[in-house]
Amino acid sequence: MSLIRKSAAELGALIAAGEASAVEVAEAHLDRMAEVEPKVNAFLHVDREVTLAQARAVDERLRAGERLGPLAGVPIAHKDIFTTADMPTTAASKILEGWRPPYDATVTRRLREAGLVILGKTNLDEFAMGSSTENSAYGPTRNPWDLTRVPGGSSGGSSAAVAAYEAPLSMGTDTGGSIRQPAALTGIVGMKPTYGGSSRYGLIAFASSLDTPGPFARDVLDAALLHETFSGHDPLDSTSIDAPVPSVVEAARQADVSGMRVGVVKEFGGDGYQPGVLARFNEAVALLESLGAKVVEVSCPSFATALPAYYLIAPSECSSNLARFDAMRYGLRVGDDGTRSAEEVMALTRAAGFGPEVKRRIMLGTYALSSGYYDAYYGQAQKVRTVISREFDAAFHQVDVLVSPTTPTTAFPIGERADDPMAMYLADLCTIPSNLAGNAAISVPCGLADEDGLPVGLQVMAPVLGDDRCYRVGAAVEKALESRWGGPLLKEAAAL
Amino acid sequence: MTTTRTPRMDYDEALDRFEPVLGLETHVELGTASKMFCGCPTAFGAPPNTQVCPTCLAFPGSLPVANAKAIESTIRIGLALNCSIAEWCRFARKNYFYPDMPKNYQISQYDEPLCYDGHLDIEVDGKTVRIEIERVHLEEDTGKSTHMGGATGRIHGADYSIVDYNRAGIPLVEIVTKPIPGTDRLAPEVARAYVTELREIMRSLGVSDVRMEEGSLRCDVNVSLMPRGSSEWGTRTETKNVNSLRSVERAVRSEIERQAAILAEGGRIVQETRHFHEDTGTTTSGRSKEEAQDYRYFPEPDLLPIAPDPAWVAELKATLPELPSVRRKRLQAEWGLSDKDMEAMHNADAIDLVEATVAAGAPAADARKWWMGELARRANESGTALAGLPITPAQIARVTELVASGELNDKLAREVLEGVLAGEGSPDEVVEKRGLKIVNDEGELSAIVDQVIADNADAADKVRSGKIAAAGALVGGVMRASRGKADAARARAMILEKLGASE
Repeated sequence: MSLIRKSAAELGALIAAGEASAVEVAEAHLDRMAEVEPKVNAFLHVDREVTLAQARAVDERLRAGERLGPLAGVPIAHKDIFTTADMPTTAASKILEGWRPPYDATVTRRLREAGLVILGKTNLDEFAMGSSTENSAYGPTRNPWDLTRVPGGSSGGSSAAVAAYEAPLSMGTDTGGSIRQPAALTGIVGMKPTYGGSSRYGLIAFASSLDTPGPFARDVLDAALLHETFSGHDPLDSTSIDAPVPSVVEAARQADVSGMRVGVVKEFGGDGYQPGVLARFNEAVALLESLGAKVVEVSCPSFATALPAYYLIAPSECSSNLARFDAMRYGLRVGDDGTRSAEEVMALTRAAGFGPEVKRRIMLGTYALSSGYYDAYYGQAQKVRTVISREFDAAFHQVDVLVSPTTPTTAFPIGERADDPMAMYLADLCTIPSNLAGNAAISVPCGLADEDGLPVGLQVMAPVLGDDRCYRVGAAVEKALESRWGGPLLKEAAAL
Repeated sequence: MTTTRTPRMDYDEALDRFEPVLGLETHVELGTASKMFCGCPTAFGAPPNTQVCPTCLAFPGSLPVANAKAIESTIRIGLALNCSIAEWCRFARKNYFYPDMPKNYQISQYDEPLCYDGHLDIEVDGKTVRIEIERVHLEEDTGKSTHMGGATGRIHGADYSIVDYNRAGIPLVEIVTKPIPGTDRLAPEVARAYVTELREIMRSLGVSDVRMEEGSLRCDVNVSLMPRGSSEWGTRTETKNVNSLRSVERAVRSEIERQAAILAEGGRIVQETRHFHEDTGTTTSGRSKEEAQDYRYFPEPDLLPIAPDPAWVAELKATLPELPSVRRKRLQAEWGLSDKDMEAMHNADAIDLVEATVAAGAPAADARKWWMGELARRANESGTALAGLPITPAQIARVTELVASGELNDKLAREVLEGVLAGEGSPDEVVEKRGLKIVNDEGELSAIVDQVIADNADAADKVRSGKIAAAGALVGGVMRASRGKADAARARAMILEKLGASE
């Protein structure tokens, strides 16, 4: 089997055993990228020499006897929202075109320390604002299952790269579903860890209280291996949790749900959900029951208010976080012809540098925080957030995990929702509550919808710092389904 | 800058017709080794943009981490100002665009200050005035813009501006008073005394070097007037750029005179920021605050709430140093000084120096005499602060010791001080180099006396004939001949003895 078809765990083992070098593995993936990137457009930046230099350095470290983790030498695609000192970082925005950060994000640093080899920076919705990767200033990424469809977003480059076998692993960030939704739409595994479970230092902020780095992989164990690699407390991020990382690799290996209490969220289903999505979801629930889980229905009525609350909180924070892009110290500068004031240059730069969705959210957030509107909008949304957290707490007294479809629909055609922000926002209906509450949630493939033959994701939600439960349930479902399917779901992908 | 003359009313007349209400906002830069939210150093005067990092330059992806020492210092300031300390509070973002603020928001505190509801008692003109403290909160400083070209040094009319981000992110404590009514004619003095007292508290806590000239202590002065007999406060102005204690006093006085003139003619005061000018002692109009800027405050999501452990706060309170007002009362009693003498020493910033001189062995009265007399005069002449004179309390103590032992008289002691101030070395070295020791050798003095008697036969005869008053001229002659080094009393006794006269 060619190197690109192997799992990250297999590649790590081959490299550790000296049966393949990091350079060989990196070259195989770079070759695959050269072959499919013209169709997929998952990457914004690739530099073969920089990547191979990293791979050579890992090979040398291994030769020198350095003990690295299980992913040493394994290539990874990195979302272009994490700073990288050796590659540009743009957040898919014109305002940061060509920007070279002077420092690595903590996540980047931890990947390097563990010997992962960065293949390049992946495409995203500008500043992670979107659900389709169509909001990238550098063109959309295409879904490897159907090149006319979106790969989800905002981490669509990362999901597509893994689904297209360009990388065995990738990093994403999840603010309202930006890992789970693209994972579901591309038939792979995507995990949003507990908020604060890893560092946001060097992650270009969209909404600080929601942004969460997380892994993509083609199977649950690979996601867990990556999760353990980049997670853990960072003194540079005050909101990172100073507690041990949950034992997610062990949980993924356990893959056992017998005796677990699984709650089906009553509110996520029915009108607006694609029948094929609901069919696969219901089968997954039945499967869990057959594997020994005790399934009950749980009502979380406030989840219906999560979407509007999110679209006040996230834009409010973004309106402030993105204020720093002012042409003064880095990035794009427009109109600085010696006659214009600093304020005029700031305004011209921001007008030219930000795309329409980013501007929409900055304006929404600015409005929501304004004096006289704060209580009705931002203040009220924070109250909703508290209620949602309490509802999760109450639910997790009843059950060990909650499950739902990850998304109401499968991958939609490129352009279909581009002019309809509300339709686009609905793609995150089921994923947003876990961002507001900060708890852990994973999406694992649970089959193909009958109508369109496109992948459907099962979302498993667990309490704060209960990340291991997501992996345990996800791995059990994966194991049972793959034995039913006779292999991974991705084998069904036709386009590439 | 406007060239039209601002009408003003004579201060006394203004106070006859109006009552001032003050409000003071004081910013103190904390003297922590590192900045508020990153590890950059905070040294003053470093080359521009050398004390910066991704966080204080607001590079994408950077995050703040709160400086624990700054939080501790703020709590200690709050405790020294008799404030309640919040059990739980948050930082907030204050959003506005300005090129010297890298994030285009300032991390500050909004409706949850770390310290609140305190007070500070100050002494003005023998009376105790209680200043109520509204809040003490912690925030970060901005960078420093310099506007090049143009006439005023302000951004308006400048050709271009340059920014130094070394100051961006230095911890800044804001201390806000409640409105201060009832100061009457003493409003300028009260304002000055309050800032002076704050400065001394900061020094005694060791939290800041509080140098107004370097901007580590900055004061915004709010003033409004209401007609006598009214209970409704007038519209206030906020005067910035007040960079010395004297300016605090002058700014209040100037605003009272300006506002009184406007109100007396039926005009209205515009709510605005005004700038104080050291050269003229007056204020000019700045930004209007009629339409309040919307800062869109919201809780800072990048930082955890501050929840100081009550036991820790109690410990901080128990270990506060003796506060300046308490110390002054103690020293006044120890030194046996009148209220007036003590206030004079306080105003001259001489208390620390006198205390150190006493600690070095000098009697309090002598220490006070030198610092408040000769040295105050010299400081005044050279336009420096007392503490800025190149002489140490230990050196003063040594001079008083030499006087007490009879090795110097007052005149010689002054010469010794002059030598020390001129950089000629320690008091003993100056005595040695300048040959200033009193003439104690009886034989040497006797020879000088004999010579003076011989040179002044007329005066000597008068003394012999009982006109003792004539001895003064002979003593003067001895002092001249010895170049001041003779002990005048001893010389007088010897003259009388040699001439067979007695007092």
